[in-house]
Amino acid sequence: MYGGGSIFEVKPGDTILNEDPIILAAFEARIARGEKIEPMDWMPALYRKQLIRMIEQHAHSEIIGALPEGAWITRAPGYKRKMAQLAKVQDEVGHAQLLYSAAETLGKTREEMMNDLLSGKSKYSNVFNYPTPTWADSTVISWLIDAGAIVNQLANAKGSYGPYCRALERICVEESFHLKYGHDAVVHLATGTPKQRQMIQEALNRWWKPIMMFFGPPDKISVHTEILMKWKLKMATNDECRQQFLDMYVPKLWEIGLTLPDPKLSKNETGTWEYTEPDWEEFKQVINGNGPCNAERLAVRRTAEEKGAWVRQALLRPEARYVQPLA
Amino acid sequence: MDSEFALVDLLYKMADDQLILGHRNSEWTGIGPLLEEDIAFSSMAQDKLGHSLALYQLLHELGEADPDTLAFMRNANQFHCCHLVELPIGDYAFSLMRHFLFDNAELLRFEALTQSTYEPLAKVAVKLKSELKYHVLHANTLIRQLGTATPESTERLQKALEEAWPYALGIFEESIYEEQIISSKLFIGEVKLKQDWLAKIETILGQTNLKVPIPNTLTPALGGRMGQHTPYLQALLNEMTEVYNIDPNAEW
Repeated sequence: MYGGGSIFEVKPGDTILNEDPIILAAFEARIARGEKIEPMDWMPALYRKQLIRMIEQHAHSEIIGALPEGAWITRAPGYKRKMAQLAKVQDEVGHAQLLYSAAETLGKTREEMMNDLLSGKSKYSNVFNYPTPTWADSTVISWLIDAGAIVNQLANAKGSYGPYCRALERICVEESFHLKYGHDAVVHLATGTPKQRQMIQEALNRWWKPIMMFFGPPDKISVHTEILMKWKLKMATNDECRQQFLDMYVPKLWEIGLTLPDPKLSKNETGTWEYTEPDWEEFKQVINGNGPCNAERLAVRRTAEEKGAWVRQALLRPEARYVQPLA
Repeated sequence: MDSEFALVDLLYKMADDQLILGHRNSEWTGIGPLLEEDIAFSSMAQDKLGHSLALYQLLHELGEADPDTLAFMRNANQFHCCHLVELPIGDYAFSLMRHFLFDNAELLRFEALTQSTYEPLAKVAVKLKSELKYHVLHANTLIRQLGTATPESTERLQKALEEAWPYALGIFEESIYEEQIISSKLFIGEVKLKQDWLAKIETILGQTNLKVPIPNTLTPALGGRMGQHTPYLQALLNEMTEVYNIDPNAEW
C-alpha cells in the first residue's frame, strides 16, 4: 500500500565524496539514459545505502499497514467484504515479501531489516500509527491510502533500480484492485443508511490529516531531494504527489456527498490546490515514536516475531544462507 | 423427503466447518511466524471462505436462506461445525496441526464426494478438491519439516497433536441420517472417511519424530454436529457479525 519517499530523508553525514569521479560519472550517465541498475552493477555506496533504507521502509510499511486493516478481516460485514478484505491484506503482506527480497539484493538480510524495525531504528509510514476504530476507517484506508500509494509508486516504478521497479510494477497492479475495492466499500457507506453515512464521514474526518501528511513534508522543508531525484531514487516531489492525489480524489469525495474537514481546500486559478498545511510538528512527533499507535503496532509485530522464532529456527537451512552481492 | 434432510444436514456441517476454520485461519494474517506462512494461511483462509460460500449456495438452492444470512445471522447452537475448527488459533504449532488433521480429512471427504449421487455437490467437490490438494501439500510439507527439525519444534508439534487429537476425532461425528446418506450414495459416511483419514495421517506422521496418540485413549469431542459447541464459537460469531449487525438490512 505505502510507497516510497514520504519518510525518506538523507542524513547530513551521507555524501558521495569518496567515489571515483570517472566511475561515478559513468554510473550517472547510465541513469540519465534511463537504464536500470541491477544488483551486480557498480553503484555509489550512498545510492545503495539510501535504496536499502527506502525499500526497507516501504516493506515495513506493508507489514505494519496490514495490522490496522487486518483487525477488520474477522469483522468485515458480509461475505463479499470479508473475502475481499482478507485478500487485500494478504496482498499487502505479499508486497512486503517482494520488497524485502528486492532490498536483500542490495546486501541486507530480511532478519536484519526486521530487527531494525523492531528496535525503532528504521521507520515505516506514519499513517499506520493512527487507529482504525470503525469498519469505515478501514474502508477509507483501502481507498485513499492505497490511492496515495499508487500515486507514489507509479512514479517510483520508473526509477533507476531494476529489482525495486519490477516489484513496484507488480505491486501497482494489485493496488489498483484494492483501490476498486476501497472505492466500492466507501461508496456503499456514503450512499447507505444515515448510520452508515455518519460512520464514513467521521472516519474521513479522522483520516484526512494523516492522508495529507502521507506524502511527506512540503518540498520547501526537504533539503535532500536533489541528488535523490538525479539518481532517480525519488521520481516526484512530495508536493507534486500531494497535488496529484488531491486532483484525482477530492472531486470523487465531493461527488459522493462527503465533506472534507479543511475549509481552505479549493483549487486556485493556476490549477493548484490550496489547503491548510498539516501540523508538521505532529508529523515529526509521530514518526519518532510518539503517535497514538506506535507502541501498539511495534508490540504486535514484536510478539509475532518472538512467537514465530521457533518456526524460523526450525526451517533454517544452512545451504540457503544469504550470499553478499559482488558489486 | 428424508434424503433431503440428510443432504441439508451434510451440507450444513461441511459449510460451517469451512466458514469457521477460514475465519480462524484468517486471524494469522499479519502475525504469522514468517511472511510466507502468513501469506499461506491467509490464502487458505480465502479458499475456505470460498468453499463455504459454494456450499451455502447449494443450501440456498435447496430453499435455505442466502449465504450472508446463513453465515451472519445464526447463533452458535444453529451451527453444525465440529469443535476442532472453533478453538482459538493458539500457538502456530496448534494451528498447523489443526490444519494438517482437518485438511487431510477434508480432501478425502471431497474426493469421495466427487462420486456423490447429488450431482450439484459432486460438481462442487471436483472444484474444491483441486484447491484442497494444495492445502494438504502445505500441511504435510510443514509437518514433515517441523516434525523432524529441532527438539523444540518436535516437542511443540507433539503437544499440539495430543491437544488436537480428540477434537479431530469429532470431525467424524455421525449424523442421525448416516444410514440414508450411505444407502442413497450421497456420501461414503463418516466411519469409512475416518478409516481412510487415519491411514493417511499415520503415514505422514510415521515420516516424522511425532507419535500418534494411541486410539481409544482419548475421548472424541462430540456434539458439534448436533449444535452443541464450545464457548469459543459464540464469541467468534459475535466478533464476525459485529459490523453486519449494526444494520443487517443495509448494504455494506
